[in-house]
Amino acid sequence: MAKRDRMSGNEAVAYAIKQINPDVMPAFPITPSTEIPQMVSTFIANGEIDTEFIPVESEHSSMSAAIGSEAAGARTLTATSSCGLAFMWEELLVAASNRMPIALALVNRTLSGPININCDHSDSMGARDTGWIQIYAESNQEAYDNFIQAYPIAEDPRVHLPIMICQDGFITSHAVMNIELLEDKEVKDFVGTYQPEEFLLNPGKPMAVGPYSVSNYAMEARYNQEAAMEASKDVIIEVAKKYKELSGRGFELFEEYRTEDADYIMLIIGSAAGTAKQAVDDLRDKGIKAGVLKLRVFRPFPADEIAAALSNCKAVAIMDRTESYNGHGGPLASEVTAGLYRNKVMIDTMCYTYGLAGRDFTVDTVYGIFDELKDIVENGAEYKQHRYVGLRSK
Amino acid sequence: MSSYNLKEVMNKPERLAPGHRMCAGCGATIGVRAVLRALHEGDYAVIGNATGCLEVSSFMYPYTAWEDSYIHNAFENAGATLSGVETAYKALKKRGRLPEDAEFKFITFGGDGGTYDIGFQSLSGAMERGHDMVYVCYDNGAYMNTGIQRSSATPRFADTTTTPVGTESDGKLQSRKDLASIIADHYVPYVAQTTLTRDFKDIHLKAEKAIYTKGAAFLNIMTPCPRGWRYETEDVMKICKLAVDTCYWPLYEVEDGKWVLTYEPKKKLPIEDFLREQGRFKHLFKPGNEHLLAQFQEEVDKRWEDLQYKCSR
Repeated sequence: MAKRDRMSGNEAVAYAIKQINPDVMPAFPITPSTEIPQMVSTFIANGEIDTEFIPVESEHSSMSAAIGSEAAGARTLTATSSCGLAFMWEELLVAASNRMPIALALVNRTLSGPININCDHSDSMGARDTGWIQIYAESNQEAYDNFIQAYPIAEDPRVHLPIMICQDGFITSHAVMNIELLEDKEVKDFVGTYQPEEFLLNPGKPMAVGPYSVSNYAMEARYNQEAAMEASKDVIIEVAKKYKELSGRGFELFEEYRTEDADYIMLIIGSAAGTAKQAVDDLRDKGIKAGVLKLRVFRPFPADEIAAALSNCKAVAIMDRTESYNGHGGPLASEVTAGLYRNKVMIDTMCYTYGLAGRDFTVDTVYGIFDELKDIVENGAEYKQHRYVGLRSK
Repeated sequence: MSSYNLKEVMNKPERLAPGHRMCAGCGATIGVRAVLRALHEGDYAVIGNATGCLEVSSFMYPYTAWEDSYIHNAFENAGATLSGVETAYKALKKRGRLPEDAEFKFITFGGDGGTYDIGFQSLSGAMERGHDMVYVCYDNGAYMNTGIQRSSATPRFADTTTTPVGTESDGKLQSRKDLASIIADHYVPYVAQTTLTRDFKDIHLKAEKAIYTKGAAFLNIMTPCPRGWRYETEDVMKICKLAVDTCYWPLYEVEDGKWVLTYEPKKKLPIEDFLREQGRFKHLFKPGNEHLLAQFQEEVDKRWEDLQYKCSR
């Protein structure tokens, strides 16, 4: 029996953690994810769960301790944002290479500098090539739903990779909305108990983790990670199907909103998809065939699936909430355009950088972007391929 | 704690198998084996290890020299990594997911680079949080794995590859950080400084106390490095003895805040006796450098006096 409650995104994820009752959580506070370890600590203090919390002295140590704990055989998670994730960077790679199915509740916040506490995706996008699965949420509900699906994906024997469940800092993490929660027992049954085949604390069956690996062996380790990442795509879909049976809420690698007959599509990640959907509804009322492709899973990257979904439209606006400083677009733009080219989907593309460091992203901005796409297709207008939207001045 | 019988202790099964790739005459390997001998038979252990000579030479895929469960993570986080393992043990034990009678101990090894310097924060955090673990520093006084660069454990005037002796340089300018004392100031239940002595009694008893004292413990073991210190490999034990008898490396322990000298040389030898054996201090014996030797002696004397004072309280 589902129940409804009003919760912020952080509360929703903390509630999911409470229902999962993981074995160990090392964490270090950083805005805007701080509430998650605070809430978990409170659950523990009140005897609602018996997770072991490690109040580490830095995020580097939280991921280091998470690796130790997970290797020891305990289901482990942590939470962080921004510079905290950057500080973990070395350890993110080690976690993935050691094939540790650690879950990380990431509350997206921009990286310094200048120091700023608000949302963009520079933290998780900066970690996109560390070997972690990355799933993004549009809303508090999705942050909750994605977190419940995290361990069944990560711990699947075909996968065995760490997983990052991302939500937008403040926009999602602190805004309160009505969400639907599962019963504790439903969550426990869905997530199950963690039973690794090999672990450090297996009496009489010692294990060694983290070898020095010479060139004769190291490349195979990397290849196996890549193979597992590819395999995770099917697992993500399977888990989503099972989750739909349980919750009634369905998930795919991405969500297509009014794209069936769309001439123009905006491809976007996270909370800004809500703004884009509103603008699309308005444009549809005016007879403009606009749609939104909201990417949920960035790692593994569904390049072929995206190319197929875009193959019938005339132009796509690819929205990056981060910068690559390469002079021609953000990471999403690079990967989507590569996927289109490889699949011979030769539509017009525009790469926009938006919403950095919490800059507002409005329906007016979305109208402007769709106007540009239309102008390109109908009038052959030429715009600079990579542009910023929402700047104070041009 | 059990009484000490050298023969009995030496006959215990090795927990670091031969065949690893550490150098002949390396103090670290001797120190590690001595620490592992202090584990009681039947007790399981998870061994942690910071990146360094010990790690790259003992666990080269697909071979491991470790008979116990072992985890290497990175250079700077041996403290945090093992704190995660120890916490997992608490969690799994509490939840009945481990056999009742399975007793695990947690020991992590790091060189002075991974302990005094890059891993200092991680160590400090793990000690302050009071995990039931032992952090063992095998202190050879420089970053030996990367080719003998100075660390904050390197003694003053040592010739290293980043403090080379030259026409304008007498070697390292700064004096050594006193890490055992710093960890003692964390008020953890047990801290000790030791090295390799002929009968291995000092290191054995301290390792046993460290492992079987509940809570966080720290062992600082001086482990000479033949490459970095430039001595003949067979002289490793002699060098350790001179370090102790010159009071360069005093043997002491701090148990629940109480400082105790565990060895006092009958006759304190001049520091030259320790330095003369090592190529890294060769320049100190050139005519005209007597004042450098005097400075070195002065620092040893002062530190020895401070330690004696702490132990007299």
